[in-house]
Order: sequence, then C-alpha cells, then structure tokens
Amino acid sequence: MAFNYDQYLRLEKMPTLWCWGCGDGVILKAFIRAVDKMGWSKDDVCVVSGIGCSGRFSSYVDFNTIHTTHGRTVAFATGVKLANPDKHVICVGGDGDALAIGGNHTIHGCRRNIDINFIVINNFIYGLTNSQTSPTTPQGMWTVSQKAGNIDPTFDACKLAIAAGATFVAREKVNDPRKLEKVFVEGFKHRGFSFFDILSNCHINLGRKNKMQSAMENLDWIDAITVSKKKYDEMSEDERLNLLPTGILKQDTAAREYCDMYEDIKAVQQGKRKVLTQDDFEKKI
Amino acid sequence: MAKKYDLNEVEVWDGNYAASQALRQAQVDVVAAYPITPSTPIVENYGNYVANGYIDGEFVMVESEHAAMSGCVGAAASGGRVATATSSQGFALMVEVLYQASGMRLPIVLTVVNRALASPLNVRGDHSDMYLGRDSGWIQLDSFNAQEAYDMVLCAFRIGENMNVRLPVMVHQDGFITSHTAQNVSPLSDDEAYAFVGEYQPYNDMLDFSKPVTYGAQTEEDWHYEHKARQHKALMDSRDVINSVFEEYKAKTGREYKRVESYLMDDAEVAIVALGTTVETCLLAAKQLREEEGIKAGVVAPRCFRPFPFDMIRDALMNVKALCVMDRSAPGGAMGALFNEVSAALYTTPNRPIITNYIYGLGGRDFSVKEAKRIFKEQLAHAEAGEITTDIQQFSGLRGPKLGFFKTKRS
Repeated sequence: MAFNYDQYLRLEKMPTLWCWGCGDGVILKAFIRAVDKMGWSKDDVCVVSGIGCSGRFSSYVDFNTIHTTHGRTVAFATGVKLANPDKHVICVGGDGDALAIGGNHTIHGCRRNIDINFIVINNFIYGLTNSQTSPTTPQGMWTVSQKAGNIDPTFDACKLAIAAGATFVAREKVNDPRKLEKVFVEGFKHRGFSFFDILSNCHINLGRKNKMQSAMENLDWIDAITVSKKKYDEMSEDERLNLLPTGILKQDTAAREYCDMYEDIKAVQQGKRKVLTQDDFEKKI
Repeated sequence: MAKKYDLNEVEVWDGNYAASQALRQAQVDVVAAYPITPSTPIVENYGNYVANGYIDGEFVMVESEHAAMSGCVGAAASGGRVATATSSQGFALMVEVLYQASGMRLPIVLTVVNRALASPLNVRGDHSDMYLGRDSGWIQLDSFNAQEAYDMVLCAFRIGENMNVRLPVMVHQDGFITSHTAQNVSPLSDDEAYAFVGEYQPYNDMLDFSKPVTYGAQTEEDWHYEHKARQHKALMDSRDVINSVFEEYKAKTGREYKRVESYLMDDAEVAIVALGTTVETCLLAAKQLREEEGIKAGVVAPRCFRPFPFDMIRDALMNVKALCVMDRSAPGGAMGALFNEVSAALYTTPNRPIITNYIYGLGGRDFSVKEAKRIFKEQLAHAEAGEITTDIQQFSGLRGPKLGFFKTKRS
C-alpha cells in the first residue's frame, strides 16, 4: 500500500508554494517517511525553519513547528532542545539560511554537538527572492546580483560542518529519494549534531539562466557533480576537483553530546558531583 | 565613463524602479546589499546598471543585512557615495549598524520599502520598520507614491551630504502599494539629476593618508553625552538644509515639497494625520467629503518623520476642531507613536484641538477611502460634541469585536 503522507501534513496548507518540479517536495516526503520509520510520536517532534523557500517546510508538516527569522534556526532550536532534551528537533534551512546570514549559528551548533538534526536544502541560489548569489552558487554562473558571472568562491557545506565539529555529516541529492530517506534515518538515530547537505534543484531561479531550463536538466547537473563517497575516496585529487561526495561523510559516536554534558552541570548545581575540571575531558585543548 | 539613459519626460515606473533610477543618476560608488522582499528590485536594478555599464560603481552582495550596512559604513568612511535598500526583518537586522552610521556622521542613503515586522511572518506593507528606526539618528523622509520615491532619493543625497549635516538619510516608501505599483513618474535627465545631486565631497575620509582619522572611537561618561548632544543638534539643524534643498528642487522640477505637507487645510475643521500611501487615500476622502457633503476636511502628513517637524505640525493643525492621527504600526502597549508626537506638539497650542488615535493597516490590511470618510465624520462628531465620543485609541478595519482604549471621562 502506498505510504500515507496525509497524517503528517497540514492539508489545509496544500498545495505548497514551491514551483512545479521543485526538489523541496521530494525532501519533504523523504523526511516524513524517515520520521515515520523512526516511530516518533508527532508530539515529540519539533521542526524549526528559517526564511526562504525552505522556510515553508515548517508550515506544511503537522508537528510542533516554529517558523523563525532568517538564518537563526539553529539558535532557536538550541533553546528548544535544551528545554526539552528528550524531544526530537529538526532544523530546516536553505543555503542562504545556513551558510550566509546564519553561518555563525551553524558552526556553533556543530561545535557544541547538540542533538539537533539540521537539514540544509542546498539549491545553490537565493530562490525565493529571485536568483541572487548564495554561498554555494558555483563560480561563473549567472545570477541577478552578478550578471557578468559569479566570482564568489563557494562553501563546501559538509567540509564546514566537519571542521566545525558536527559528529554526523552527510550529503545526498533529491535525485535519490530513497537514499535521502535512509540518510535521514541514520542521522536521526545519531545522538549529536547531524548535518545534512541536501542538493536540490531550482531550475526556475538558477537553472533558467544557466542552461538548465527544466527540472530534469538541473537534476542531471546535480548528478554530474556528485559521486558516492566510496568512489570519491578511490579517486585522485585531480579527479575529485569538480565533484562532491555523497553519503555519510562523517560519523563520530564517541564525542559527547551537549545535553548529556549539560546533565553534569546540573549535577554540580544539585551538589551531586564536584565541578568539572580538565581531567573530565579527554581532549584538553 | 558611465553610459547614460535617454529617459522620457514621463516614464511608467513602480516605486522600486523609481528609487533605483535615482540611485543610478546619483552615481553611487558602493552598494552593499542583501535581498529581502519587497525592496529586492532596488538593489537588483542597481546591479543591472553596474553590469550594463550605466554606473561607475561597485555592487557587492554580502551575507546579511547586518553585513550590508556594515559594508556601507566602511565604504562611506572611506569617502564614497554609498546607498542600499532593505525592508522589515532586514531593517531590524541592520539596526545595530544604523546607530554606527549616524554616530559616525556618514551620509549613507537607505531606501526603506516599508513592511511589517514578524512575528507572524508577513511581507506586506506597514510602518513597523520605519518606526523602529525613529531613534537611530537618521533623517527619515517619507514618500507617498513612486514620483516622490524618486524625488526624495535625489534630495536625500543633497541633504545628507551637506557639510552642515553629514548624516545618513532614509527614504521610505510603502511596500507593494508604492514599491510594486507602476505609476507615471517624471524624471530629470541624467545630466540634470547629477548636476542637482553634485559630485560627492568626502569629509574626514579614511583614504586621505595625509590626515589619518579614526572612526568609532570609544567615549564613556567623559564625552559620550556631548557627542550625542551634538549629533542631535546636527539632526535638528538639518531642518534648514532640508527646506533649502526642497526649494532648490522645486525651482528645478516645479514639484514642491515641505517637511510637513498640508492638503486642504486652509479652512479645515477636521483633519487626519498620516504617513505613506494613506495620505493619498485620506486626501481623496477629504475631497469627496468637501464636494458631496460640504465637510471641511483636510490632511496633514509629515514628509520628514525625523527630524520631527514639531513646530510645523503645531502650525498646520492648531486651528482645527478635531483630528485623528493614524498609526500603521503595532503600538506595543502605548498610544501610537505618531499620535504621541502630534499630541505633544498640539499641547502647546491655545485651543488644543480634540485628538484621537487610530491603529490601522497592519501587515498590509487595506485602508479604504470609505473608511477614511467614516473617520473624518467621527472627528466631526467629536467636534460637535466638544469632547471625544469614542475611545481615544481605536483599531480600524480589525475583524472581530471592536477594540479601543482610554476614554476622556472615567466611566
């Protein structure tokens, strides 16, 4: 029997405002299936979204939801998680949200390793405001803000998350909805900061002016710039130049999660243990 | 040398396009911007002009509005003519740096396309962002249509860059109603406009290596107070410069602007005070009431929201019997801000007209000519009764039970 998405959706909000052929719907459905697989009660899930097309995510799903300001999802979500450490918190943002205006919150969420799942819908452009250069827009592409060709170097979102200390980092693409679902499930199971760089198409505001006028052409381009981590690892530096690896790129289960560590602080305040010192931490600098 | 536009005597422009054409004609050196609805097209158009060779300037898209205004401060301190545009949440994010710009006395021009502040999230026009900027030390000019959005941007450069002013200037227009509605606009030619705005004159710029300067020095209780007092004085003294720039603009274009606009006020018995596009709605209502029912209605509108034209407001309204001040911003537990300022001005008059407050149009809720007429007539009822016959603060166009606060007499 076909999967029933309705139980997780706010049907009165349908249809979505996303354009015909947009990858965001694929991500929404994969996300719902992943939550279903986790067996979480809807009441125990909180979805926090920012601004832009991805920001609509929280309007469409029937969980506890907060639609916040541009780029601040992780900051809001940190408050949600600390107040409700037993609940499941999922942030959804775009490349502008997560890497430009909210870049600081992203790196500090990763650094703290707080148990938040951050889905970054990376479509390489500011879509909702019509085609301005984002931190992931490839150099040389046409944007409204750089019509002579984008000169800004791009972020590799996963490298950023790994370097900042996220303990689960994965990249997937809307071309593979089943892999998307699988990687969400793995990340949701992981205790710690889970960072998902999900490549999505915006043929309307990126593709149209960059020789990818249809959704399929844009998806083909995403296919062409990605390769599985397994293959990527076997490649030479030269071969890797214009490719992004997909799959789970990092998983560290040894690092302590922030809410767990916070329990130690609570114990100190309750007189149940001595104050923490450097001896309590393996890594001292 | 930048290419020039061959403009028609009358162009059909929306408010965003009008503002961006004025920025182009002023040949702004640096625009640092971040997109936000509904002001995005202003900087987007600017980017177009740069890309197509119509401006010898720089356009940089940064990672947030905070960075945008920060970039503007840096560029202005280095001696460039600088401008940007924003709305709503972007404006809110800029606020920290707005105070830097005014404290450093940098004549940046910020075109603000007014939009409601979240939460709830809303992209439509109201004046919450304009009100958020009212203590930031910027000059705030308001426009009521696309023509004025164009005119005010040109005037803004002249005012802010005047050596006796050197303050940043905001030019406001209403989100969507002005910014996205195409109207007839009569522009100056590129040469005329640039001649009016003039070559940018740097002052204490950081790139003058023969005279090193520092911006943003720390002053504690020793000098901070004097600095802020001088800044306030500069803002107050800018009134004369604004007057003279408006006069010069009138000589050039025939279009007359005043720091307080008065419409049909010579013999008015009742009046509405408003900002933005509502001014034109109320003016239409006043004309119709005069023609249809002989009601002597008039409209007063602060063109210059900061520095607040306290004395001109007083002079414009002191002879009416009753007036209503319209605030298009959630008052947050007080009377509307414009109401408070107009009331304070009228308290100093011998007759002290009856004055009431309406909150209206939040988040883009429509405000109609019919509603404006009803409000005029309500003022007439107050005037005839010789006292306020309703709550002092009411909400116009609100669904659900009527909402109002404070009565003149204790019940």
